[in-house]
Amino acid sequence: MHELAVTESILNLAEQYARQAQAQRVTDLYLIIGRLSSIVDDSVQFYWELISQGTLCEGSKLHFQRVPARLICLDCTGEYTLDGELVPCPTCGSSKVKVTSGDQFYLDSIEIEKNGDAPASQS
Amino acid sequence: MPLKTNSTNTARVPIVEKILSANEQMAALNRAQLDQHRVFSINVMASPGAGKTSFILQTIKALASRFRTGVIEGDTAPVTIDADKITAVGMPAVQINTGGDCHLDAVMLRDGLLQMPLDEIDLLVVENVGNLICPAAFALGTHINVLIASIPEGDDKPYKYPAIYRGVDVLIINKVDLLPYVRFNMDYFRQGVEMLNPGLVTFPISCTTGEGVPAWVSWLQERVETAALMPPETPGDN
Repeated sequence: MHELAVTESILNLAEQYARQAQAQRVTDLYLIIGRLSSIVDDSVQFYWELISQGTLCEGSKLHFQRVPARLICLDCTGEYTLDGELVPCPTCGSSKVKVTSGDQFYLDSIEIEKNGDAPASQS
Repeated sequence: MPLKTNSTNTARVPIVEKILSANEQMAALNRAQLDQHRVFSINVMASPGAGKTSFILQTIKALASRFRTGVIEGDTAPVTIDADKITAVGMPAVQINTGGDCHLDAVMLRDGLLQMPLDEIDLLVVENVGNLICPAAFALGTHINVLIASIPEGDDKPYKYPAIYRGVDVLIINKVDLLPYVRFNMDYFRQGVEMLNPGLVTFPISCTTGEGVPAWVSWLQERVETAALMPPETPGDN
Protein backbone atom coordinates (compact mmCIF):
# COMPACT_ATOMS: atom_id res chain seq x y z
CA MET A 1 0.00 0.00 0.00
CA HIS A 2 1.69 3.16 -1.16
CA GLU A 3 -1.50 5.21 -1.06
CA LEU A 4 -0.45 7.09 2.08
CA ALA A 5 2.75 8.29 0.40
CA VAL A 6 0.77 9.23 -2.69
CA THR A 7 -1.82 11.09 -0.63
CA GLU A 8 0.88 13.02 1.22
CA SER A 9 2.39 14.02 -2.11
CA ILE A 10 -0.99 15.27 -3.35
CA LEU A 11 -1.37 17.35 -0.18
CA ASN A 12 2.12 18.85 -0.44
CA LEU A 13 1.63 19.74 -4.07
CA ALA A 14 -1.82 21.28 -3.52
CA GLU A 15 -0.65 23.29 -0.50
CA GLN A 16 2.34 24.62 -2.40
CA TYR A 17 0.22 25.88 -5.30
CA ALA A 18 -2.54 27.13 -2.99
CA ARG A 19 -0.07 29.25 -1.00
CA GLN A 20 1.41 30.67 -4.19
CA ALA A 21 -2.10 31.68 -5.25
CA GLN A 22 -2.74 33.14 -1.78
CA ALA A 23 -5.71 30.85 -1.30
CA GLN A 24 -7.73 30.88 1.88
CA ARG A 25 -8.68 27.31 1.32
CA VAL A 26 -8.78 24.60 -1.31
CA THR A 27 -12.23 23.25 -2.16
CA ASP A 28 -11.60 20.75 -4.96
CA LEU A 29 -8.70 18.80 -6.41
CA TYR A 30 -8.76 17.24 -9.87
CA LEU A 31 -6.57 14.17 -10.35
CA ILE A 32 -5.89 12.39 -13.62
CA ILE A 33 -5.05 8.73 -13.13
CA GLY A 34 -4.37 6.31 -15.98
CA ARG A 35 -5.74 2.79 -15.75
CA LEU A 36 -2.23 1.35 -15.84
CA SER A 37 -1.27 3.22 -12.67
CA SER A 38 -1.94 1.16 -9.61
CA ILE A 39 -3.71 3.29 -7.06
CA VAL A 40 -6.84 2.65 -5.02
CA ASP A 41 -9.14 5.68 -5.02
CA ASP A 42 -10.93 4.70 -1.81
CA SER A 43 -7.69 4.43 0.13
CA VAL A 44 -6.50 7.82 -1.08
CA GLN A 45 -9.86 9.28 -0.07
CA PHE A 46 -9.59 7.69 3.37
CA TYR A 47 -6.09 9.03 4.00
CA TRP A 48 -7.05 12.39 2.54
CA GLU A 49 -9.68 13.06 5.16
CA LEU A 50 -7.18 12.23 7.90
CA ILE A 51 -4.12 14.11 6.73
CA SER A 52 -5.80 17.19 5.27
CA GLN A 53 -7.17 18.20 8.68
CA GLY A 54 -5.77 21.51 9.81
CA THR A 55 -4.41 22.34 6.34
CA LEU A 56 -5.65 24.61 3.55
CA CYS A 57 -7.17 21.46 2.04
CA GLU A 58 -9.34 20.53 5.00
CA GLY A 59 -12.83 19.61 3.84
CA SER A 60 -11.87 19.63 0.17
CA LYS A 61 -13.10 17.08 -2.35
CA LEU A 62 -10.92 14.80 -4.46
CA HIS A 63 -12.08 14.19 -8.02
CA PHE A 64 -10.52 11.22 -9.77
CA GLN A 65 -10.61 11.20 -13.53
CA ARG A 66 -9.67 7.71 -14.66
CA VAL A 67 -8.09 7.63 -18.11
CA PRO A 68 -8.51 4.33 -19.95
CA ALA A 69 -5.52 2.44 -21.31
CA ARG A 70 -5.23 2.95 -25.07
CA LEU A 71 -3.07 0.87 -27.38
CA ILE A 72 -2.15 1.05 -31.03
CA CYS A 73 -1.42 -2.08 -33.05
CA LEU A 74 1.88 -1.81 -34.90
CA ASP A 75 0.79 -4.42 -37.46
CA CYS A 76 -2.69 -3.25 -38.54
CA THR A 77 -2.43 0.29 -37.02
CA GLY A 78 -5.81 -0.22 -35.33
CA GLU A 79 -6.33 1.52 -32.02
CA TYR A 80 -8.17 -0.02 -29.08
CA THR A 81 -9.07 0.62 -25.48
CA LEU A 82 -8.64 -1.90 -22.70
CA ASP A 83 -11.80 -2.59 -20.75
CA GLY A 84 -10.19 -4.98 -18.34
CA GLU A 85 -7.26 -7.28 -18.85
CA LEU A 86 -4.42 -6.59 -21.21
CA VAL A 87 -5.23 -8.27 -24.54
CA PRO A 88 -3.59 -8.43 -27.99
CA CYS A 89 -5.02 -6.40 -30.88
CA PRO A 90 -8.72 -7.38 -31.13
CA THR A 91 -8.68 -6.78 -34.90
CA CYS A 92 -5.70 -8.83 -36.07
CA GLY A 93 -4.52 -10.62 -32.91
CA SER A 94 -1.02 -9.16 -32.98
CA SER A 95 0.82 -8.55 -29.73
CA LYS A 96 3.09 -6.00 -31.40
CA VAL A 97 1.34 -3.10 -29.79
CA LYS A 98 2.26 0.18 -28.15
CA VAL A 99 0.59 1.71 -25.12
CA THR A 100 -0.32 5.30 -26.03
CA SER A 101 -2.22 6.26 -22.88
CA GLY A 102 -2.88 4.93 -19.40
CA ASP A 103 0.24 5.81 -17.40
CA GLN A 104 -1.05 9.24 -16.31
CA PHE A 105 -0.60 10.08 -12.66
CA TYR A 106 -0.88 13.79 -12.03
CA LEU A 107 -2.67 16.61 -10.27
CA ASP A 108 -4.37 18.58 -13.00
CA SER A 109 -5.76 21.56 -11.08
CA ILE A 110 -7.24 22.78 -7.84
CA GLU A 111 -10.19 24.99 -7.06
CA ILE A 112 -9.46 27.57 -4.39
CA GLU A 113 -11.22 30.26 -2.42
CA LYS A 114 -9.58 33.64 -2.07
CA ASN A 115 -10.38 36.54 0.14
CA GLY A 116 -12.50 38.96 -1.90
CA ASP A 117 -11.34 41.95 0.14
CA ALA A 118 -7.99 41.84 -1.53
CA PRO A 119 -7.74 43.94 -4.69
CA ALA A 120 -8.87 41.78 -7.60
CA SER A 121 -6.01 41.04 -9.94
CA GLN A 122 -6.76 41.13 -13.64
CA SER A 123 -3.50 39.50 -14.69
CA MET B 1 -14.15 48.56 -10.04
CA PRO B 2 -15.34 44.93 -10.08
CA LEU B 3 -18.71 44.39 -8.51
CA LYS B 4 -18.11 42.02 -5.62
CA THR B 5 -20.68 41.29 -3.02
CA ASN B 6 -19.13 38.06 -1.71
CA SER B 7 -16.30 38.24 0.75
CA THR B 8 -14.60 35.35 -1.07
CA ASN B 9 -14.19 34.39 -4.67
CA THR B 10 -13.13 31.14 -6.21
CA ALA B 11 -10.48 30.41 -8.76
CA ARG B 12 -9.21 27.40 -10.64
CA VAL B 13 -5.43 26.99 -10.38
CA PRO B 14 -3.93 24.84 -13.13
CA ILE B 15 -1.14 22.57 -11.90
CA VAL B 16 -0.57 19.65 -14.30
CA GLU B 17 2.25 18.25 -12.23
CA LYS B 18 3.06 14.61 -11.54
CA ILE B 19 1.84 13.61 -8.11
CA LEU B 20 5.21 12.13 -7.23
CA SER B 21 7.27 14.95 -8.74
CA ALA B 22 8.96 15.69 -5.39
CA ASN B 23 10.20 12.10 -5.32
CA GLU B 24 11.43 12.45 -8.88
CA GLN B 25 13.36 15.60 -8.02
CA MET B 26 15.06 13.75 -5.19
CA ALA B 27 15.75 10.82 -7.53
CA ALA B 28 17.52 13.23 -9.89
CA LEU B 29 19.74 14.37 -7.00
CA ASN B 30 20.57 10.74 -6.19
CA ARG B 31 21.54 10.16 -9.80
CA ALA B 32 23.78 13.21 -9.79
CA GLN B 33 25.50 12.02 -6.62
CA LEU B 34 26.05 8.53 -8.06
CA ASP B 35 27.44 9.99 -11.29
CA GLN B 36 29.73 12.30 -9.38
CA HIS B 37 31.23 9.28 -7.60
CA ARG B 38 31.34 7.27 -10.86
CA VAL B 39 29.05 4.60 -9.46
CA PHE B 40 26.70 2.67 -11.76
CA SER B 41 23.54 1.61 -10.00
CA ILE B 42 20.71 -0.84 -10.47
CA ASN B 43 17.36 -1.07 -8.68
CA VAL B 44 16.23 -4.68 -8.27
CA MET B 45 12.49 -5.16 -7.87
CA ALA B 46 10.44 -8.36 -7.52
CA SER B 47 7.74 -10.00 -5.48
CA PRO B 48 8.75 -11.64 -2.18
CA GLY B 49 10.48 -14.95 -2.81
CA ALA B 50 11.39 -14.33 -6.45
CA GLY B 51 15.07 -14.72 -5.57
CA LYS B 52 16.30 -11.13 -5.31
CA THR B 53 19.00 -11.79 -2.73
CA SER B 54 20.25 -14.98 -4.46
CA PHE B 55 20.33 -13.10 -7.76
CA ILE B 56 22.29 -10.23 -6.23
CA LEU B 57 24.77 -12.59 -4.59
CA GLN B 58 25.33 -14.46 -7.87
CA THR B 59 25.81 -11.17 -9.69
CA ILE B 60 28.29 -9.58 -7.30
CA LYS B 61 30.30 -12.80 -6.93
CA ALA B 62 30.56 -13.17 -10.71
CA LEU B 63 31.76 -9.57 -11.04
CA ALA B 64 33.97 -9.57 -7.91
CA SER B 65 37.24 -9.73 -9.87
CA ARG B 66 36.27 -6.61 -11.87
CA PHE B 67 34.13 -4.40 -9.66
CA ARG B 68 33.64 -3.52 -6.04
CA THR B 69 29.91 -3.69 -5.46
CA GLY B 70 27.90 -2.14 -2.65
CA VAL B 71 24.40 -3.26 -1.79
CA ILE B 72 21.60 -1.25 -0.25
CA GLU B 73 18.90 -3.46 1.19
CA GLY B 74 15.37 -2.21 1.60
CA ASP B 75 13.44 -4.11 4.22
CA THR B 76 10.13 -3.51 5.91
CA ALA B 77 11.36 -4.91 9.21
CA PRO B 78 14.62 -4.37 11.12
CA VAL B 79 16.09 -7.77 10.27
CA THR B 80 19.55 -8.01 8.73
CA ILE B 81 19.23 -11.45 7.14
CA ASP B 82 19.79 -10.18 3.60
CA ALA B 83 22.42 -7.59 4.53
CA ASP B 84 24.35 -10.24 6.47
CA LYS B 85 24.55 -12.43 3.37
CA ILE B 86 26.13 -9.55 1.45
CA THR B 87 28.69 -8.63 4.10
CA ALA B 88 29.57 -12.33 4.35
CA VAL B 89 31.00 -12.14 0.80
CA GLY B 90 33.06 -9.08 1.74
CA MET B 91 31.03 -6.33 0.09
CA PRO B 92 29.67 -3.25 1.84
CA ALA B 93 25.98 -3.48 2.66
CA VAL B 94 23.66 -0.85 4.05
CA GLN B 95 20.24 -1.74 5.31
CA ILE B 96 17.33 0.67 5.07
CA ASN B 97 14.38 -0.19 7.25
CA THR B 98 11.32 1.31 5.61
CA GLY B 99 9.37 1.13 8.86
CA GLY B 100 6.66 -0.98 7.31
CA ASP B 101 6.45 0.94 4.05
CA CYS B 102 6.02 -1.28 1.03
CA HIS B 103 8.65 0.34 -1.17
CA LEU B 104 11.83 2.37 -1.19
CA ASP B 105 11.56 5.98 -2.26
CA ALA B 106 14.22 8.44 -3.35
CA VAL B 107 14.53 10.01 0.11
CA MET B 108 15.18 6.62 1.71
CA LEU B 109 17.80 5.85 -0.93
CA ARG B 110 19.43 9.21 -0.20
CA ASP B 111 19.82 8.14 3.44
CA GLY B 112 21.32 4.85 2.27
CA LEU B 113 23.77 6.62 -0.05
CA LEU B 114 25.04 8.72 2.86
CA GLN B 115 26.09 5.53 4.66
CA MET B 116 27.61 3.84 1.60
CA PRO B 117 31.35 4.39 0.85
CA LEU B 118 30.65 5.56 -2.71
CA ASP B 119 34.29 6.25 -3.54
CA GLU B 120 35.16 2.62 -2.82
CA ILE B 121 32.62 1.01 -5.11
CA ASP B 122 31.98 0.82 -8.87
CA LEU B 123 28.54 -0.73 -8.80
CA LEU B 124 25.64 -0.18 -6.45
CA VAL B 125 22.83 -2.71 -6.26
CA VAL B 126 19.65 -1.58 -4.54
CA GLU B 127 17.38 -4.38 -3.37
CA ASN B 128 13.91 -2.94 -3.23
CA VAL B 129 11.15 -4.21 -0.94
CA GLY B 130 9.51 -7.40 -2.23
CA ASN B 131 6.37 -6.08 -3.92
CA LEU B 132 5.13 -5.76 -7.51
CA ILE B 133 2.91 -2.73 -7.03
CA CYS B 134 4.40 0.04 -4.95
CA PRO B 135 8.08 0.15 -6.04
CA ALA B 136 6.92 0.74 -9.62
CA ALA B 137 5.68 4.22 -8.74
CA PHE B 138 8.78 5.54 -6.98
CA ALA B 139 11.86 6.39 -9.03
CA LEU B 140 15.08 6.11 -7.01
CA GLY B 141 17.57 7.68 -9.39
CA THR B 142 19.35 4.44 -10.25
CA HIS B 143 20.66 3.96 -13.79
CA ILE B 144 18.63 0.88 -14.59
CA ASN B 145 15.56 -0.78 -13.14
CA VAL B 146 15.62 -4.57 -13.05
CA LEU B 147 12.56 -6.73 -12.50
CA ILE B 148 12.87 -10.37 -11.47
CA ALA B 149 9.93 -12.58 -12.32
CA SER B 150 10.10 -16.18 -11.20
CA ILE B 151 8.46 -19.25 -12.68
CA PRO B 152 6.43 -20.34 -9.62
CA GLU B 153 4.72 -16.94 -9.47
CA GLY B 154 2.79 -17.82 -12.61
CA ASP B 155 2.64 -16.61 -16.20
CA ASP B 156 -0.10 -14.02 -15.63
CA LYS B 157 1.94 -11.46 -13.73
CA PRO B 158 2.46 -8.96 -16.59
CA TYR B 159 -1.32 -8.90 -17.03
CA LYS B 160 -2.00 -8.33 -13.35
CA TYR B 161 0.82 -5.90 -12.55
CA PRO B 162 1.26 -3.89 -15.76
CA ALA B 163 2.78 -0.79 -14.12
CA ILE B 164 5.96 -2.49 -12.97
CA TYR B 165 6.50 -4.11 -16.38
CA ARG B 166 6.06 -0.73 -18.07
CA GLY B 167 8.90 0.93 -16.20
CA VAL B 168 11.80 -1.52 -16.21
CA ASP B 169 14.91 -1.72 -18.38
CA VAL B 170 15.75 -5.40 -17.84
CA LEU B 171 13.67 -8.46 -17.05
CA ILE B 172 15.13 -11.50 -15.32
CA ILE B 173 13.06 -14.70 -15.46
CA ASN B 174 14.39 -16.65 -12.49
CA LYS B 175 13.98 -20.31 -11.47
CA VAL B 176 13.75 -21.60 -15.06
CA ASP B 177 15.00 -24.93 -13.70
CA LEU B 178 11.45 -25.36 -12.30
CA LEU B 179 9.77 -25.11 -15.73
CA PRO B 180 9.31 -28.91 -16.04
CA TYR B 181 7.42 -29.01 -12.75
CA VAL B 182 5.23 -25.89 -12.90
CA ARG B 183 2.45 -24.96 -15.28
CA PHE B 184 3.88 -21.83 -16.85
CA ASN B 185 3.11 -20.81 -20.43
CA MET B 186 6.22 -18.92 -21.47
CA ASP B 187 4.64 -17.68 -24.72
CA TYR B 188 1.67 -16.20 -22.84
CA PHE B 189 3.99 -14.58 -20.28
CA ARG B 190 6.26 -13.12 -22.93
CA GLN B 191 3.33 -11.85 -24.98
CA GLY B 192 2.16 -9.80 -21.99
CA VAL B 193 5.64 -8.42 -21.45
CA GLU B 194 6.02 -7.56 -25.13
CA MET B 195 2.76 -5.61 -25.19
CA LEU B 196 3.73 -3.54 -22.15
CA ASN B 197 7.41 -3.04 -22.85
CA PRO B 198 8.34 -3.93 -26.46
CA GLY B 199 11.83 -5.30 -26.96
CA LEU B 200 12.57 -5.47 -23.21
CA VAL B 201 16.00 -7.01 -22.58
CA THR B 202 15.25 -10.37 -20.96
CA PHE B 203 17.45 -13.02 -19.34
CA PRO B 204 15.98 -16.40 -18.35
CA ILE B 205 18.17 -17.69 -15.51
CA SER B 206 18.35 -20.07 -12.60
CA CYS B 207 20.22 -18.99 -9.50
CA THR B 208 20.19 -22.65 -8.39
CA THR B 209 21.83 -24.19 -11.46
CA GLY B 210 23.58 -21.03 -12.68
CA GLU B 211 21.96 -21.37 -16.11
CA GLY B 212 21.73 -18.04 -17.93
CA VAL B 213 23.58 -16.11 -15.25
CA PRO B 214 26.75 -15.52 -17.35
CA ALA B 215 24.72 -13.84 -20.13
CA TRP B 216 23.17 -11.41 -17.65
CA VAL B 217 26.49 -10.77 -15.92
CA SER B 218 28.31 -9.98 -19.14
CA TRP B 219 25.48 -7.65 -20.22
CA LEU B 220 25.71 -5.79 -16.91
CA GLN B 221 29.50 -5.72 -17.03
CA GLU B 222 29.36 -4.04 -20.41
CA ARG B 223 26.89 -1.47 -19.13
CA VAL B 224 29.06 -0.66 -16.11
CA GLU B 225 32.21 -0.39 -18.23
CA THR B 226 30.49 1.78 -20.84
CA ALA B 227 29.25 4.11 -18.11
CA ALA B 228 32.75 4.32 -16.66
CA LEU B 229 34.07 5.55 -20.04
CA MET B 230 31.61 8.43 -20.10
CA PRO B 231 33.13 11.81 -19.31
CA PRO B 232 32.80 12.69 -15.64
CA GLU B 233 30.05 15.08 -14.58
CA THR B 234 32.42 17.18 -12.53
CA PRO B 235 35.88 18.45 -13.53
CA GLY B 236 39.00 17.39 -11.68
CA ASP B 237 38.65 13.64 -12.09
CA ASN B 238 41.91 12.04 -13.29
